[in-house]
Amino acid sequence: MKKLIAMLLALVMVLGLAACGSSTPTETEAPAATGAAGETQAAANTPAGEGRVYYLNFKPEADAALQELAALYIEQTGVPVKVVTAASGTYSDTLTAEMAKSEAPTVFNIGNMSGLKDWDEYALDLTDTALAGELSTDDFNLYNEAGELKAMGHCYESFGIIVNTALLEKAGHSLEEITNFETLKAVADDIHARSAELGFDAFSASGLDSSSSWRFSGHLANMPLAYEFRDDGVVEQPATITGAYMDNFRSIWDLYITDTSADPKSLSTSTADESKAQFTEGKAVFYQNGTWEYAGLLEAGMNSEDLAMIPIYCGVEGEEEAGLCSGTENCWAVNSQVSEADQQASLDFLYWLVTDEVAAQKMVDTLGALPFKSAPEPTNVFLADGNRMLEEGKYTVAWAFNHTPNVDSWRATVVTALAAYSADPTDANWEQVVSAFVDGWAIEYNMVNG
Amino acid sequence: MAKSKRSVNLVQRPIRRFAPIFILPTFLAFVIGFVWPFLQGIYLSFCSFNTPKDAKWVGFSNYVKAFQDPGFANAFWNTAAFAVVSIILINVVAFFIAFALTQKMRGANLFRTVFFMPNLIGGVVLGYIWSMIFDGILKNYGTYLTANGTYGFWGLVILVAWQQIGYMMIIYIAGLQAISEDMLEAARMDGATGRQTLFQVIIPNVMPSITTCTFLTLTNSFKMFDQNLALTGGLPSVIQDGAKVNITELLALNIYSTYNINKSWHGVAQAKAVIFFILVAVLAISQQAATRRKEVQQ
Repeated sequence: MKKLIAMLLALVMVLGLAACGSSTPTETEAPAATGAAGETQAAANTPAGEGRVYYLNFKPEADAALQELAALYIEQTGVPVKVVTAASGTYSDTLTAEMAKSEAPTVFNIGNMSGLKDWDEYALDLTDTALAGELSTDDFNLYNEAGELKAMGHCYESFGIIVNTALLEKAGHSLEEITNFETLKAVADDIHARSAELGFDAFSASGLDSSSSWRFSGHLANMPLAYEFRDDGVVEQPATITGAYMDNFRSIWDLYITDTSADPKSLSTSTADESKAQFTEGKAVFYQNGTWEYAGLLEAGMNSEDLAMIPIYCGVEGEEEAGLCSGTENCWAVNSQVSEADQQASLDFLYWLVTDEVAAQKMVDTLGALPFKSAPEPTNVFLADGNRMLEEGKYTVAWAFNHTPNVDSWRATVVTALAAYSADPTDANWEQVVSAFVDGWAIEYNMVNG
Repeated sequence: MAKSKRSVNLVQRPIRRFAPIFILPTFLAFVIGFVWPFLQGIYLSFCSFNTPKDAKWVGFSNYVKAFQDPGFANAFWNTAAFAVVSIILINVVAFFIAFALTQKMRGANLFRTVFFMPNLIGGVVLGYIWSMIFDGILKNYGTYLTANGTYGFWGLVILVAWQQIGYMMIIYIAGLQAISEDMLEAARMDGATGRQTLFQVIIPNVMPSITTCTFLTLTNSFKMFDQNLALTGGLPSVIQDGAKVNITELLALNIYSTYNINKSWHGVAQAKAVIFFILVAVLAISQQAATRRKEVQQ
């Protein structure tokens, strides 16, 4: 009898773990996980027979604003709007879990083309909606193979090198000097050489800890990808890449890890907070990041007049004419599998978000630039810098990394190789980076499409 | 006599009759929360799906893909090696600490508490803390934890040993204390050496504890997930023979990352989970059978 019980217990334990492995993905109820996030439930005065809106939000930093707007919308129209925010880094898990429920999200985010492949069947064709009519540009939208507008880029962001202009001037240089890779290198080398005397260095730490590595495996890696795709006329996810601009990638990476106070051997453990702190505390002049950092930098006590964003230069022919890298991973999709009333309610809500004066202002303040006709101008100086460059006729460097197949996995391989190279910068180790880039791309492409 | 028997029946008969009703709530909970998801999990391993609602039957192709994945094979061998090393290390060390702490020594209770404490910390927290400790140490040698698979593997072994030794120690202490003083005294009177006492009296008598502890360490090693995720996350991630392999990934983490590739891999991850279940079930049950045979009846 004892034996039998023990066997049964053993069986129950192993069954327990298989059930864990096999049931649907973790249902992270977002509000509990993020703390800041919350749910806004419909007021009691819901008009009967109307649709509901369930907005599954992708950006934790936009949660507070969206909750406020949802409350305002409920007050004005009585339509029930629920905003749920997925905890940072858990969006796809949350989306999968929520979509399986009967009260599924009516508005959700699709990040890029591979996201669209996964969720195409769930996304409503937005082509002839009133919302689409409000768009000021088509650049940030996602179309499926049939050419239907399935996900609408509703804000865009830019990244480049953030400069502390006060420190730059203190070192005896100015922004105007920097127009391409050679001049950037000259300025950075000079600051690095005099770092002991100046009390600050050129670049903040290029940390490869997971909190920071996306700045390089994602954003910096965009440089060789974007130029290669530009030359080859690539507009869709390619099966293979050539790595034609990998030498440029090496130049800029070498600059990042040389002209800095950070030890290149310990980059794999250096975090985003460290890097940001070096910049906000005035220990570094340059800090590669995006327009979304603006509010955080002001909060950390920096002055907006001391901040500017310049393009990432890596020694490509004609890069004097380059602007910032602009694009988006924030595309609205409306769930096609909910009732028509719900779909319409969702479209109305989104339309209100970008056309209502109060709402659009709040959206701009939170999300940066909005590609909608009636949206007000952003106050963010980085976005203003980006707009100025566009007005001067400079070209936008596209977000080529949106085409990356199996993106997290591809980046992990690149980060592994970059960390090894930084600790020991030999040609052989750079070959590993190139292999992670080029061979890794083909492998991940086959994984995803095979 | 007859009267008391009748009164027992009077009480027992209604209870027996209504037994199913008493069992029902728990049974329903078990079916809803456990049996049904488990069966659905097996069904989904034969399907292509994004959410469980849109599952389409595809037969064995998920299993074929799972077996062809070099990352899965790598994770399997990692897990096997990890299980062997950690089972031996944890049980041997835990046994000797327990042995030492059951001798009459001062502060034994304090030590027991201290050794048990790591077990109270969650796996993810432990993983992050230990990754900082290891990186802090390795920094002095100009390297870092995810530089190669060896550091990551032994790092995980150290972490898990540190976490689990205290727990197994408690089980061994209970086992050791259950050995009757008479038996040990008899061994002493018969002139048994310390070594003989240990191997021929003590160990056979704590065999039930050994069964329990090896079972727990075996299943824990195979199910290892949070510590693996937080310590190295499977890194370094390299290209080997034209395929992507996460060098320090164990089985559970491999299943998780497979699921996250995209929707065409959801079913494959599901198939891997079923293979994983069968593997752990077979191992755990045969281990139980093997060590039980060595137990002595008291």
